[in-house]
Amino acid sequence: MSALAALIRRDIRIALRVGGGALIGVLFFLTVTVLMPFAVGPDLALLSRLGPAILWLGALLASLLTLDRLFTADHEDGSLDLIVMSRTPLELACAAKALAHWLAAGLPLIVATPVLGLLLNLDGTATLAVALTLLAGTPALTFTGMIGAALAVTLHRGGLLLAVLVLPLSIPVLIFGVAASQAAISGPMSFGTPFSILCALSLFSLVIGPFAAAASLRHGLD
Amino acid sequence: MTLTDLANPTRFLALTTRILPWLAGATAILLAIGLYQSVMAPDDYQQGATVKIMFIHVPNAWLSMFVWGVMSIAALGTLVWRHPLADVAAKSAAPIGAAFTFLALVTGSLWGRPMWGTYWEWDARLTSVLILFLMYLGLMALWRAVEDPSRAARAAAVLTLVGAINIPIIKFSVDWWNTLHQPASVFRAGGPTLDKAFLWPLLVMAIAFSLLFITLHLAAMRNEILRRRVRSLQMMQASSSRTFSAEAGSASCEGNGSKEIGIA
Repeated sequence: MSALAALIRRDIRIALRVGGGALIGVLFFLTVTVLMPFAVGPDLALLSRLGPAILWLGALLASLLTLDRLFTADHEDGSLDLIVMSRTPLELACAAKALAHWLAAGLPLIVATPVLGLLLNLDGTATLAVALTLLAGTPALTFTGMIGAALAVTLHRGGLLLAVLVLPLSIPVLIFGVAASQAAISGPMSFGTPFSILCALSLFSLVIGPFAAAASLRHGLD
Repeated sequence: MTLTDLANPTRFLALTTRILPWLAGATAILLAIGLYQSVMAPDDYQQGATVKIMFIHVPNAWLSMFVWGVMSIAALGTLVWRHPLADVAAKSAAPIGAAFTFLALVTGSLWGRPMWGTYWEWDARLTSVLILFLMYLGLMALWRAVEDPSRAARAAAVLTLVGAINIPIIKFSVDWWNTLHQPASVFRAGGPTLDKAFLWPLLVMAIAFSLLFITLHLAAMRNEILRRRVRSLQMMQASSSRTFSAEAGSASCEGNGSKEIGIA
């Protein structure tokens, strides 16, 4: 247990210090959100209608961007081999790494959401709904993305291949995240139905992700 | 003849050489019968002649899911049983599955235009099949991104098993989300709701398409085995020409080369 806590603490510390790049995700999130009004035009009514979708897309891309380094950095300095060889089950170690990544890179995105909501002319309920759905949904993005990150590190390929592999898996999360936000803003569906499916997706990926990532690390590293 | 006997690629090649002509012949005959029955089937009272698109669309859609199932079993074969031909089976099935999925999407949208009034609708079944298509393409990209086949095989196997979650979602999407696509009408509790005049051609076409898949898959596996043999022969040749001057290293290189042929 203490090994896992140490792993989480180490990963968060590395992510927050110079060269870690956890906060670059937030900067990217901000940039994508600012780009959108230039693309669709500065029509405030339209922006508030598209707002939840824009925020979800930005968060999805930002978390994908930072996931690329989840295992690669550890692979480069050799600590990944130590993690694989250590007595802690690799599945738990993967889960701990993903949790640390979510705390360092996922939570700041959710904290930034109210500010970005202002830029997109979202009112209080809408901002709250988007932040809540992101809170429930971004763990699913991190834990499914981790599978792609593990595949990428075993193949020594990252970037576009990771995106091509992970993005189809994240479509259900996107669908239900945006559906829940829209339901909270305009109805007619109740907020609870898509939101509980979103939570279910997160819990499901919490189980599947570490096992698949550990399997691909175990079979792929030599 | 068990699965372990087929672990020997030479034996597998000999077997496929013997049965492939028969399989191809049976496929051609059944496809001819199925197509004839489909053309001769009566028009639907509501859909008119467009109902005949179903005879192509439904087998393609079934196979798009069936091929992923085959690939999942092959993925288990790669990761768990380490069957030497499992990754060959998985790799050669992916493009065929992608083709079936693409045909299912195209025929579905051609049918949807006169019936639903639109080529594409973001309905649960359509969306999940589109995701399946994207995953087939991603898997093919993965196979192409890595030169070493055994390394690519293990990564692809993990991704295939993760992607298998999508298959039950596709199957039950029409029941869970009550959107545009109609629910199952053949394999359902309480028997098929389809009229016999449509059911028989559909079943013949389904069997014909399954045979088509088996034929194409075995042929593709043959090609893949031969391709790997060519690759290891080329590598042997390259290493022997390189070690011509330094003969000390040639023995170990040849040892490696013959091991690769054994694997291939």
